[in-house]
Amino acid sequence: MTHPMPVPFGAAPRFAPIRQTRVLPGFPLALGYTLVYLSLMVLIPLSAVFIKSASLSWPEFWAIVSNPRVVATYRLSFGAALLAAAINAVFGLMLAWALVRYEFPGKKLIDALVDLPFALPTAVAGIALTALYAGNGWIGSLLEPLGIKVAFTPLGVLVALVFIGLPFVVRTVQPILEDLETELEEAAASLGASRRQTFTRVLLPVLLPALLTGFALAFARAVGEYGSVIFIAGNIPMVSEITPLIIITKLEQYDYVGATAVAVVMLIFSFIMLLAINLLQAWSAKRTGRNR
Amino acid sequence: MSIQVEHIHKTFGSFVALDAVSLDFPSGALTALLGPSGCGKTTLLRVIAGLERADSGRVVLAGEDASDTHVRQRRVGFVFQHYALFRHMTVFENVAFGLRVKPRRERPHEAEIRARVMRLLELVQLAPLADRFPSQLSGGQRQRIALARALAVEPKVLLLDEPFGALDAQVRKELRRWLRRLHDELHITSVFVTHDQEEALEVADQVVLMNRGRVEQQGTPIEVYEQPATPFVYGFLGAVNTFHGRIEGAHLRVGAATLAHGQDQFALDGEAVAFARPHELMIVTDPDHADGIAASVVRILSFGASTRVELDSLTPEPDSALPVHYEVILPREQIQALKLVEGQRVRLVPTRIRVFQGQAA
Repeated sequence: MTHPMPVPFGAAPRFAPIRQTRVLPGFPLALGYTLVYLSLMVLIPLSAVFIKSASLSWPEFWAIVSNPRVVATYRLSFGAALLAAAINAVFGLMLAWALVRYEFPGKKLIDALVDLPFALPTAVAGIALTALYAGNGWIGSLLEPLGIKVAFTPLGVLVALVFIGLPFVVRTVQPILEDLETELEEAAASLGASRRQTFTRVLLPVLLPALLTGFALAFARAVGEYGSVIFIAGNIPMVSEITPLIIITKLEQYDYVGATAVAVVMLIFSFIMLLAINLLQAWSAKRTGRNR
Repeated sequence: MSIQVEHIHKTFGSFVALDAVSLDFPSGALTALLGPSGCGKTTLLRVIAGLERADSGRVVLAGEDASDTHVRQRRVGFVFQHYALFRHMTVFENVAFGLRVKPRRERPHEAEIRARVMRLLELVQLAPLADRFPSQLSGGQRQRIALARALAVEPKVLLLDEPFGALDAQVRKELRRWLRRLHDELHITSVFVTHDQEEALEVADQVVLMNRGRVEQQGTPIEVYEQPATPFVYGFLGAVNTFHGRIEGAHLRVGAATLAHGQDQFALDGEAVAFARPHELMIVTDPDHADGIAASVVRILSFGASTRVELDSLTPEPDSALPVHYEVILPREQIQALKLVEGQRVRLVPTRIRVFQGQAA
């Protein structure tokens, strides 16, 4: 690691010079470790995807990734993932609220249940959901007369994605909620704020960064989800196929290059969206005065 | 505007927080609710504010029964011990909050809000910090912002829950004086909760002493200090010497000694407890003096204009192995005239004593 050039006195350095005495030691070591670890575990495997797909010429690449059947999967994968994350943001917040603010019998049990989608093998979840929502399942048989079909439709994909994404929002929002004193709500009420005003002006701004983090995590998980979705989706081309399924299908046909091409598109999409969410989160954290 | 509470009763589970509390807070005065922790003072304040519902009883604000009014409509300013500032808002926005959440018809114009907030920030002497966030302020500054925020909605009464409880001694003292000055400027009916007797006596016009969910005494600081109504008040307010004994006619017998109590309302002889402040005890150096309690000098602490003498009784109380401890405060010259030395045997003669019969302190 190179040492920074000495900075002339009075010039404002863009980065704090490393040689300055720090209260927390070990910055070079920590940074080095972080970069090596990140490279080994994340960057190198991901760049392999790019390298593999680079063996395609640009028109070939474009032909694969812009195939109408593939494009339909992008729409479903990202659309359903966004919608599922949004649903989880709303209901996850409500669940976290109930768990933090109220005492009720079985609270510990419910608290433990929240993590179950983390632990359950996704295939199990998929089969269970399919059995429930299929036309002859417990819930499916109730919805079918109303003209609502869940299993083997995009709606089924959404249900599966909501299921697996729930813990993320609850677990990111919960500690922040626990930190929020009820005095804040009392103060707002004594100043004449209605319940809605108290929520939108006092609570939500403080919760927003954590809520966005939970949203981003739920979204990321949903985009990459495979196991639970393929059972309930029915995998009808142009209707209920997800992008990971396309990749698997190509792999099964030994079309490795085609699989990586689709994977590259997915990676770029995901990265852009996560970056956007992170920026949004940084902006909201700054706006709420946490970075000051 | 006045505050009355009538027969307020409040329990938390089996714990009785407030037991038939009736009080009248004078209009325009600054009243202190004083008592040990768990005495119900904060609960009473929260009941007045509407943050807590009494099980029974009435809260009357400015002549109107407010018992069923929601805290939103009560128009009380409430200041919390830990400030409860909105951390994602600047100081300015914190103070403006109460104005911004008003229904559109009542909400002042932006220019008016700005003027009012700046006026309040000047009142609490923090106008230059309008754009800071609460996390950038000291504890004392945060509490002043919390006060400005409460005042912004022009409350009918101001309620402060241990407002200086989270601050260190120096800031506390300064803020206390400042609150008094502010109150003299605004004359808004205010009630503040404290467990610090010095704070209550120094700042308030009226002091309400509470213990175990009941009101022990209400009066001006001088009244409650000079004429405590109950043994509890005597023990809670200021340093005090306690004598346990029996009434025997015009005398109180404490162990082998007798003290003249000068009170004649005791029809029956019996168990009694007596109190005398440290400055209400005389030291007689003649150990054979007929009156007074035999004691030996333990320490003589001479700081400043008065000297504190600590003594132990020579006749321990029957139910305790430890000698009873006494404290006397005398002017410095008097101590010099007495020529006291540590270990010397003397007699303590009260110049004024207050006896309570049949009550435990």
